[in-house]
Amino acid sequence: MDHLIYLDNAATTKCAPEAVQAMLPYFSEHYGNPSSIYQLGSEGKKAVSEARSTIAKSLNADLAEIYFTAGGSESDNWALVAAAEAYESKGKHIITSAIEHHAVLHTCDYLKKRGFQITYIDVDENGIIKLDELKKAIRPDTILISVMFANNEIGTIQPIAEIGEIAREHGILFHTDAVQAYGHLPIDVEELHIDMLSASAHKIHGPKGIGFLYIRKGVKIRSFIHGGAQERGRRAGTENVPGVVGFEAAVKKAFDGLEERADKERKLRDYLIERLEKEVPYCRLNGDRTKRLPGNVNFSFQFIEGESLLIMLDMKQICASSGSACTSGSLDPSHVLLAIGLPHEIAHGSLRLTLSEENTIEELDYVVESVKEIVEKLRQMSPLYEDFVKRNQK
Amino acid sequence: MYSEKVMDHFSNPRNMGEIENPSGVGTVGNAKCGDIMRMYLDIDENHVIRDCKFKTFGCGAAVATSSMATELVKGKTIEEALLVTNKAVMEALDGLPPVKVHCSLLAEEAIHAALWDYAEKNGIRIEGLQKPKTDIHEGEEEEEY
Repeated sequence: MDHLIYLDNAATTKCAPEAVQAMLPYFSEHYGNPSSIYQLGSEGKKAVSEARSTIAKSLNADLAEIYFTAGGSESDNWALVAAAEAYESKGKHIITSAIEHHAVLHTCDYLKKRGFQITYIDVDENGIIKLDELKKAIRPDTILISVMFANNEIGTIQPIAEIGEIAREHGILFHTDAVQAYGHLPIDVEELHIDMLSASAHKIHGPKGIGFLYIRKGVKIRSFIHGGAQERGRRAGTENVPGVVGFEAAVKKAFDGLEERADKERKLRDYLIERLEKEVPYCRLNGDRTKRLPGNVNFSFQFIEGESLLIMLDMKQICASSGSACTSGSLDPSHVLLAIGLPHEIAHGSLRLTLSEENTIEELDYVVESVKEIVEKLRQMSPLYEDFVKRNQK
Repeated sequence: MYSEKVMDHFSNPRNMGEIENPSGVGTVGNAKCGDIMRMYLDIDENHVIRDCKFKTFGCGAAVATSSMATELVKGKTIEEALLVTNKAVMEALDGLPPVKVHCSLLAEEAIHAALWDYAEKNGIRIEGLQKPKTDIHEGEEEEEY
């Protein structure tokens, strides 16, 4: 292939030209501070307000319920910490899932150190949360349920409507980390009984460094960043006006023809899954086949290790990611792959390919051929494969 | 993140493969942590390592350190081979990122494990050689898909 093949859209996406164009005037032309009284400032203020309205509509929320943040991690941190503090007098128990993003899990660790009790609900072999366990885990002192909309590694979409209903019945706040789902799946916060929702711009072809937290009206939540009166006094700091404007452009693009785009991505996804399953021996698809993000493909290849696979793919100009220990920066492979029951050595050999609508069948054909070649090469190097072959010869 | 030498040994590993009827073979590491190295030695009657081959399951650094270790011990006597430390392997590769230093330790241990196997098979004692501590268990089955 004569060009780079980008298959890591769950990590980040290319900023859409529409977003870049929309942002440009807000750097050096309409650069005024939205809090200023003069005309130059009010242009920024107007732009932020319009973007808030666009985003609110995309979720069926009110514009006063959208709070801009620096991204998904900040939104998750804010939702959990501030809600925990605000509802502390009611109870100190929080329920989450075993496969959350670290922005949620590590925030839970932090809260645990501050005296909160956390229950982690298990998932089944496809990564879907066990609703009966969730119901059983609810206690009189449970104040918050936080379950991600869709998983970043294996793409599994959670039964959000059911969780929302359970939370509502018990009068418990429900937060969802929708960083991977927002702009890819339709979301209606009313229908799904969502009280708080985190999202990020750079996962939907918007700029990095901007996200939002949706907070339902009436939810008591404390300020996270203290200072000025921005974001209704709940999140201080001069607005990232270019970021907000770029986010809005990306949202408009994402929600315009969302279904059509998702269908296109699903076709590409299923084509890639089918070819890899058929053509690479000893592999396994991780995650649910249908309750799955349109662009997510995640495989484990037995007897090989993920980092080696990624470096060799990079040499062929293919960008992908893995849940192996070497890519997680610890000795343990991804907590998500372990939670769906994979043994360590299978989890180490995982490969995540996340598509966008810009990918083509030709690119995917090249990727399949490359993966086949590399997996075979690494297996020839692997003592685990050698043992396996010898065992089978006996 | 890797040096050019590491990338070179990773993409073109030296001495990758098996030796039939080896004088000594050693396997170290475990699949849980994501690294397994196996070293094969062919040693002549003068205790000189005629040939050395490896197989490795692991990251780029694991493959590169195995490859470099085989190069460093080939042609050496078993006493000289014992002096090939993880530091020597790292230096020969122009360094490793801090999180990958354990790969070079594994390469050193793999050589030691193969030498230990050779010594046991031949009923000899190699001065300064300790029984390898991280030998993996044979019967540990992996699940199949």
